Amino acid sequence: MKNSSAIRLAPGAKRSTPSGGLQAWLPRLVLAPSVAISLFFVYGFMLWTFVLSLTSSRMLPSYDFVGFGQYARLMANERWWVASTNLMIFGVLFVAVCLVIGALLAILLDQKIRQEGALRTIYLYPMALSFIVTGVVWKWLLNPQLGIQAMVQGWGFESFRFDWIVDPDMAIYTLVIAAVWQASGFVMALFLAGLRGIDDSIIKAAQLDGASLPRIYLRVVMPCLRPVVFSAVMILAHIAIKSFDLVVALTGGGPGYATDLPATFMYAHAFTRAQIGLGSASAMLMLGGVLAILIPYLYSELRSRKHG
Amino acid sequence: MSTFKKTTLALALAGATLATTAQASEVEVLHWWTSGGEARAANVLKELMEAEGYGWQDFAVAGGGGETAMTVLKSRAMSGNPPSAAQIKGPEIQEWGELGLLGELSEVADAEGWDELLPEVVADVMRYDGEYVAVPVNVHRVNWLWANPEVLEAAGVEMPTTLDELFEAGEAIREAGFVPLAHGGQSWQDATVFESVLLGGQGSEFYQQALVDLDPEALGGEQMIAALEDFKRTRELMDEGMSGRDWNIATAMVIEGVAGFQLMGDWAKGEFTAAGLTAGEDYLCAAAPGTEDAFTFNIDSLAMFRVTDDEEREAQQALARLVLEPTFQEAFNLAKGSIPARPDLDMSEFDSCAQQSLADFQRTAEEGGLVPSMAHGMAVRADIQGAIFDVVTNYFNDADMPAEEAAERMVSTAQAASF
Repeated sequence: MKNSSAIRLAPGAKRSTPSGGLQAWLPRLVLAPSVAISLFFVYGFMLWTFVLSLTSSRMLPSYDFVGFGQYARLMANERWWVASTNLMIFGVLFVAVCLVIGALLAILLDQKIRQEGALRTIYLYPMALSFIVTGVVWKWLLNPQLGIQAMVQGWGFESFRFDWIVDPDMAIYTLVIAAVWQASGFVMALFLAGLRGIDDSIIKAAQLDGASLPRIYLRVVMPCLRPVVFSAVMILAHIAIKSFDLVVALTGGGPGYATDLPATFMYAHAFTRAQIGLGSASAMLMLGGVLAILIPYLYSELRSRKHG
Repeated sequence: MSTFKKTTLALALAGATLATTAQASEVEVLHWWTSGGEARAANVLKELMEAEGYGWQDFAVAGGGGETAMTVLKSRAMSGNPPSAAQIKGPEIQEWGELGLLGELSEVADAEGWDELLPEVVADVMRYDGEYVAVPVNVHRVNWLWANPEVLEAAGVEMPTTLDELFEAGEAIREAGFVPLAHGGQSWQDATVFESVLLGGQGSEFYQQALVDLDPEALGGEQMIAALEDFKRTRELMDEGMSGRDWNIATAMVIEGVAGFQLMGDWAKGEFTAAGLTAGEDYLCAAAPGTEDAFTFNIDSLAMFRVTDDEEREAQQALARLVLEPTFQEAFNLAKGSIPARPDLDMSEFDSCAQQSLADFQRTAEEGGLVPSMAHGMAVRADIQGAIFDVVTNYFNDADMPAEEAAERMVSTAQAASF
C-alpha cells in the first residue's frame, strides 16, 4: 500500500506549485486516520495480548507477570494439543481437497460447454453463504437420525452407516466436508480466471506437437497457473486458521472436544473460563501460525517485485 | 433555518431529559433473563422498584447462557463504570469480591434478618469476607429426573429410585421401542448427568469431597472410578443423534413420547409448561435416581457493585430488600420454574414438582445433603469447572478411555487449572 502510493506520488512531488504540494500531501492526510486506527486497534492490541499472555490474568486483565508460565501451561494442556492436531488435519485436508476439486471443476468448465455461466454461478454460490449457515445445514445432513444415514437406510440399505459427526475419531473430517463444499467453488473461480488468462497459442502449439489433453493440462497449463495456486493456498490457509464459526455451528467442538480448533480453544478459555492469560498465550501462538504462512508469502512477493 | 431551530430544541429537550434521569435515584441491572417467561419475571422487579419511587434501567444482554453478559460486564468494570447490580452467581461472586468491586449489604441484611431467613449454605455463597454482597433470586434444583408416563406405561416400568433401577427400566424402554434417556451431547449437559449419577451412586458426602473441596484422594479414588463407570453406562441409554443437541430439544423428545427419561435441572419444567402439560399427570418429576436425600442447587443471584453516590446506594439497598420480599420471590419463581430462595413462603400457587423441590430443599438444608452444582458453576471456579468438563466430556465420548485414566486426569487437571 505504502509503496504503491509512494510511486504514484513521485511525479507530483517534483512539481513545486502550492497545489502540487497539497496534492502530494492530501493522500497521506486522508490515509492518516485509518493508519493510526489500524496501528492502535490491530498492532496495539496484538502487543497488549502479548503482554497479557505473560501475566497471570484470570477474569480481568492484571499485570502480575509470570514470564512464559502460561505458555508452559498451554504446552501441558491436552486439549490444546487436540486443537492443534485438529488444525493440522483440517488445514491440510481442506486446502488440498479444495485445490484438487477447484482445479478439476475449472478444467471441466473450461471445455467451452453450454450454460457455463449458470453452472459457474451454481458452484460459486456456497461462497455467498456464511459458515454458520453451512454449518447448520451440514449438521442436519450429517445427523445420523435425520440426514444422509437415515435417508439411505430408508431406501432399504439397513446396514448403511454414516455417523462421522457423532464419532470422536471421525468428526474432524465432517468439518473438512462442510468447509470444502463451501470453498471449492471459489477456488474453481480463481482457477477459471487463471485458465482464461493462458494464451491459446501455447495450447495449440502443444496440440500440434501431438500432446494428449490430460498431458497438456498437466505439463503446460498447470505450470502456468502457479501464481493462482499460490494465492489460493494463501487464502485457504488463513480461512483454516481462523475457522471458528463453522466449528460452533456444525459440531460445537464436540463430541467432547474432539473437533476443537485453536480459535475455539482461545475463545473458551479467555471468555468463558476466566483464563485470560492462557487464552492470550494461545492467541499469540495462533498469530505465530498466521505469520509463519504470511512472511514467506510477503517475502516472495517483495522479491518478485524487485526482480520484475 | 426552521430545521436548525428544531434541532436545537430537540437537543435542549434531550439534555433536559438526560439531566432528570441522572438526578432520580435509580439502579442499573445487568442480567440475561431475556427469554419470554424470564423477561416477564424480571419485569416484576422493575415494577416493584418503580412503585417505591426508584428508577430501573434495564441492561439485558441476551445469549450464550450469560457468557455475552459477562463479557459486557467485564468491559464495563474495566472502564470503571460498572452497573449497580449484575446477575453473578456462585464462586464468581468471590472473584469479583477479591477485585474489590462489590459493595456490602449488611444494613439491609441485618434489618431483614437474612441470617435467619436463608439456609447457611446459600448465605455462604452470598457473602464475601463475612459481609453480604449479593442477594439470591431463586433456587434451581439440578438433580431431577423427568419422565413421560405414557412411555413408562408402554414399557411397563415405574419411576426408578436407584441407579440400578434406572438401567433396568432403560432396557425395558429400549425393548419397547423408545429412547430410554434423552440427552444432548454438550459438555455442560454431560457434566449435569455426571454429577447426578455421581451423587446417586456415591452420596452427597463424597460429592462434597470430590467436586466441591477437590480433595485429590476423592477425585482419584475408588468411588470416583465407580461413579465414572456408572456415568459411562448411561450412554447406553441414549440415542446416537445426541451430538450437539440442545437441552430443550432433548426435553421435547420426552414431551413428544420419543424418549422416556431426561436428567436435567428444573428449568426443563418451563418446556413442559409451555407445551401445556400438567406436572404429575402429563409428565413426572422425581429426584434423580438415588438422590432423594440430596439437593444440588443452582442459585441465581444479583451482586451489588460498589457505588459512591448516596442516592444510588439507597436505591441499591432497596433493590436488595425487594428481591427477597415474598411478592417478588413468588412472582419470579412461578414464571421461571424454580423455587423461592427463602424457604418460609406459602407454596400453594406452585405445582407439585416445585412443592416437592422446596420440601427437599428445607429438609436437606437441615439434615445435610444440600450441595452446590458443579456443572452449573456453583461449586468451583470457572477455570477448574472447565478443566473438569474437559475430562468428563472427553471420557464420556471416548469409547476406549478407562475410568482409572479419567480419574487420574481429574486429579491432575484440578491441580493444574489454578495458577
